[in-house]
Amino acid sequence: MVQNAQNLSSAPNPANGNGKSVVIDCNITELYYGKFKAVRDTRIPIERNRITAFIGPSGCGKSTVLRCLNRMNDLVRGFRFEGHVHFQGADIYHPSIDPVAVRRYIGMVFQQPNPFAMSIYRNVAFGLKLNGYKGDREERVKRALCAAALWDEVKDKLHTSALSLSGGQQQRLCIARAIATEPEVLLMDEPCSALDPIATRRIEELMLELKESYTIAIVTHNLQQAQRVADKTGFLYVDTTQGGRTGYLVEFGLTKQLFEDPKEKHTQDYIHGRFS
Amino acid sequence: MTDIVTSVPVPSNKIDSDIVIDSGELEKSLRRPRTAFNYIMSSLTTLVTIIALIPLFSVVLMLVVRGGQRLSLGLFTQLPPAAFEHGGGFGNAIVGTLVMVGVAALISVPFGILSATYLAEVAPYSRLSNVVRMCGKILTGFPSILAGVFAYGSVVLVTGGFSAIAGGIALSILMLPTVILTAEEAIHMVPAKIREAALGMGATQMQTVWMVLLPTAFPGILTGVMLAVARAAGETAPLLFTALFSNYWLISGGRLDLMQPTSSLAVLIYNFSAMPFQNQIELAWAAALILVLVVLTVNLIGQSLSRK
Repeated sequence: MVQNAQNLSSAPNPANGNGKSVVIDCNITELYYGKFKAVRDTRIPIERNRITAFIGPSGCGKSTVLRCLNRMNDLVRGFRFEGHVHFQGADIYHPSIDPVAVRRYIGMVFQQPNPFAMSIYRNVAFGLKLNGYKGDREERVKRALCAAALWDEVKDKLHTSALSLSGGQQQRLCIARAIATEPEVLLMDEPCSALDPIATRRIEELMLELKESYTIAIVTHNLQQAQRVADKTGFLYVDTTQGGRTGYLVEFGLTKQLFEDPKEKHTQDYIHGRFS
Repeated sequence: MTDIVTSVPVPSNKIDSDIVIDSGELEKSLRRPRTAFNYIMSSLTTLVTIIALIPLFSVVLMLVVRGGQRLSLGLFTQLPPAAFEHGGGFGNAIVGTLVMVGVAALISVPFGILSATYLAEVAPYSRLSNVVRMCGKILTGFPSILAGVFAYGSVVLVTGGFSAIAGGIALSILMLPTVILTAEEAIHMVPAKIREAALGMGATQMQTVWMVLLPTAFPGILTGVMLAVARAAGETAPLLFTALFSNYWLISGGRLDLMQPTSSLAVLIYNFSAMPFQNQIELAWAAALILVLVVLTVNLIGQSLSRK
């Protein structure tokens, strides 16, 4: 197991915006759903203004790890977690932390596009409404839709139902909705798996634009996608030796290095499509 | 770690030889016991279904024939006639039914939706939720007369008289379980991804409920409310103990007064159908027809809303 060089000692300095600091330091020792041990020994530092990808076979806990980062797992019955997740130095699993507040700073885009059954405008303004945003909502909605590369397609029908959009447009709408409140980090859980290649490409281009202003963590099944967009990549695998199916981090590093010169055998086998 | 990705080779069926079947075996034949039994049972289900529909259609037919001949605008505007009197109507009973069902809805809808929110969202697995859910299921089959007795003891005796409020409270007890259970179901039906979207945006639980879940579940909740209203509108027994009956409008001193005995369509039918006067009996038929039409309309509205 590769222990990464960057750890808590390089605790992020908010003033340090040069793109090197760790925004989220995720260290999962053990993670359970009820009695089922889903993930162990996974440590991933997520750096500012970088795209960090999680790859690995189905059931290896990639999504589970991602959902730890904004406490979405709290909604799962029987979820238990040992370790820590530090967001800008603060432990988000500390009892004094409000998970709702965490999710306002760490936004999420899901596998299935999930717009609300309301107008396009109200979907994007949803987060602003939640937070009681007093400023110019229309301006913020427009800015979010522009950033999500959707403005030109929907500017004439902002008040029609979001469900009338195509799958790719809906997913970009969900991205617009997530960035309207200007979170620090954007978590994306297989955002392109329900989309066709053209829509996928648009989302990937979008991610590369968004990383200028946001920090992104993405789970993907698509190895090419990780190579195209990610600066750093973590490979997770399933360990069946202890009876269950427990995911763990095999290797983490620069995407180029991980794909061209993987250190671990499991990683080599996986990225070359060889399965034992 | 060798057993993670396994693909079992699918045994391929041999389709080498041509299959030859005697074409007689493919023909329909009642001589085969299996086929004959199937035919008889299919016919039986059709027959039984038709028989089951006979009472329903004969009741509706009878209502239309006997109640239909007295239908007029006067029924809606006039008061019930005295004995030996001709004409008259039951406008006060229609108003009374609407008012009492309205009071019942005003009580049971907010209580029902808030409890359903608790059951579906706040603490779905808590012991309290399990108890409430079980009580709700039992209460849907609760004998309606007992709701009347309860309201009699807790409202009529306390306030010192029969009233529309007491009637409304008795009906609300009957409506509540239907509203709770259907609303809980409707909230459950909201896809998990929608709930996650709201929570992932940093919505609190109550923001999720108010801004996303209830609006999405609204058609389903409305259906439940409509079904409950339809049931309450037709209830007689609980009103006998609580609202009693009245031959006058629900007004005293020029204002709507909910604290006096109140007439309702159901109790009017009950009272008039037992009277020895032709006029009253005809009015009872007409009232029955109107009550059925009201209940049917509410039901149809509820069903059409649920399909959207």
